[in-house]
Amino acid sequence: MSDPMRIRAVVKGEKVEVKILIAHAMETGQRKDAEGTVVPARYITKISASCNGREVLAADWGPSVSKNPYLSFRFKGGAKGDKLKITWTDTAGDSRSDEVSIA
Amino acid sequence: MFPGRRRLLIQLGRTGLAALTLASGLVPRLARAVEARPAFTAAGITDALKALGIANPAQSEAIHFRAPDIAENGAAVPVEVESALPGTREILLLVEKNPHVMSASFSFPDGTDAYVATRVKVAESSLIHAVIRTDAGAFYNAKLVKVTLGGCGG
Repeated sequence: MSDPMRIRAVVKGEKVEVKILIAHAMETGQRKDAEGTVVPARYITKISASCNGREVLAADWGPSVSKNPYLSFRFKGGAKGDKLKITWTDTAGDSRSDEVSIA
Repeated sequence: MFPGRRRLLIQLGRTGLAALTLASGLVPRLARAVEARPAFTAAGITDALKALGIANPAQSEAIHFRAPDIAENGAAVPVEVESALPGTREILLLVEKNPHVMSASFSFPDGTDAYVATRVKVAESSLIHAVIRTDAGAFYNAKLVKVTLGGCGG
């Protein structure tokens, strides 16, 4: 199981500003370990965000998104206390969802 | 990439995978092809955009693109893109000199700002392209990022 995401969602004026840090190796499949063996590719391919069930962002990622990805975006229509849920899926079929209350 | 080197890399990968699968018994999971999306396997910008149904986007200064001029560490180059183009639906990030140029795409439902900030790997000094899909066609802006330490090692 992967570590939880760190999500910050704060109301700023009429928008909600979101900052996310994900714990994921984002292996490209081109890196070699200390023994010279290629580390198999494994990276997040899809990530989405929804606010009280309404999708506010969807993204497709490749292996060149950095390790332990950072993502920030802004949307309208969210209020303090609303639930923001982030979900990712990786090439190994693993996925993880985390939810925060908008502050 | 030289074909000989690629073959060698693939072979190395297979040997590693075989050893790992034998050791862990995860045969079906690892035997699956990792990447099936054509845009993400394309080697050049034109091919990647073609796979996404985009041809000859026009350059636009209404796309604000912030990235460092010089990145000390290519493994995590901060990029920030904001589009002032009306009807922006999607922001795509492509790194011209990476083995696979396509890095990420972000799509924005109504109500979400045409803005994204993230970090990408940059293998060597390269133009980074932000391609914007709008209701009125595709546009792009690009920025040169010089890298002192490549990003594909980690």
